[in-house]
Amino acid sequence: MSLRLKTRTRRQIRGAVALPVLGALGVLLLWGFSGLPAFGNFHGFYGTLLTKIAVPQRHTTNVVTAVVFDYRGLDTLGEEFILFAAVVGVLLLLRDQGEDEEKAEPPRDAVTSDALRFWGLIGAGGAIAVGLWLVAFGYVTPGGGFQGGVAIASAIVVCYLAGSYRSWLRVSSEEVLDPVEATGAGGFAIVGLAALISGLPFLRNLLGPGEVGTLFSGGSIAFLNWTVALEVAAANVLLYTQFLEQYIAPMVRGRE
Amino acid sequence: MIVATLVPLQATILGLVAIGATCVALCRNTLRQIVLSGVYGLTLVILFVVLQAPDVALSMLVVSTVAYPLIVLVAIARSRHGDVEDEGEGE
Repeated sequence: MSLRLKTRTRRQIRGAVALPVLGALGVLLLWGFSGLPAFGNFHGFYGTLLTKIAVPQRHTTNVVTAVVFDYRGLDTLGEEFILFAAVVGVLLLLRDQGEDEEKAEPPRDAVTSDALRFWGLIGAGGAIAVGLWLVAFGYVTPGGGFQGGVAIASAIVVCYLAGSYRSWLRVSSEEVLDPVEATGAGGFAIVGLAALISGLPFLRNLLGPGEVGTLFSGGSIAFLNWTVALEVAAANVLLYTQFLEQYIAPMVRGRE
Repeated sequence: MIVATLVPLQATILGLVAIGATCVALCRNTLRQIVLSGVYGLTLVILFVVLQAPDVALSMLVVSTVAYPLIVLVAIARSRHGDVEDEGEGE
């Protein structure tokens, strides 16, 4: 009885503390919303300017990619290093602590349904093709290095979902992925440095704009696009590897 | 300056997004909540397409339906020490 009373008063205290905070937050939100421009009224001068000059200047029909890899390329370099640092952090936190003397045998959890294996394989192949297409034409049609990279990484996850943990281990070797990720992250900086070496400001587009609407447009945007795709795809697969390993480990230990 | 008005299609999808977000917030079962959040992500993808932002829609499509649910699912399974996988096997 006393315990129930205690939890009740505790709930009341929590409510009494939360209500004014929620009320203040609500007022702040309403005040903020009332000051927003009406739906569809865009006042950004920078955006309006870029949509006008990007195609004549850079010959890339996808203006978003021109912004990400050219006009604001330095921001993307920072973002890429954020992703790189985040993945390094996860790898450090979830690394093997050396407690288990030997790595346990991976479980035999192969999917037995032929239909699932067949369609899973076709789906994964299709998704990888779509991912590559998104990267390759990222500066001509909607897409780009990030979008294509995450699509490729999630297609590789299907290898685990429709195959087995063993087949996942085969495609997600850290010895391969680590250099790929580093090449992606470093490659962006190297393209930037190439501009410096040729006497231009860092990350300045140093190749000709090319022909509008073809893969040979945008100058160095194409190279930056592919380095980001490498970095994002490898970083995501590395993350999935670490998380899946955490998921599999207790199952293996439980079986022994 | 660009001026545009809200067309009925955009209003409908915005309503769907609001309903989806409420469903995710009110769901008490973690597994269902993860699936719901993936569906909610899909409504956001449709919203981005309708608002003519295909690049954002493409990122959202993969991140909200594959990457995010996978990582949340595995993290929850790990913190519960195998509750989720027991439910899944059910032999």
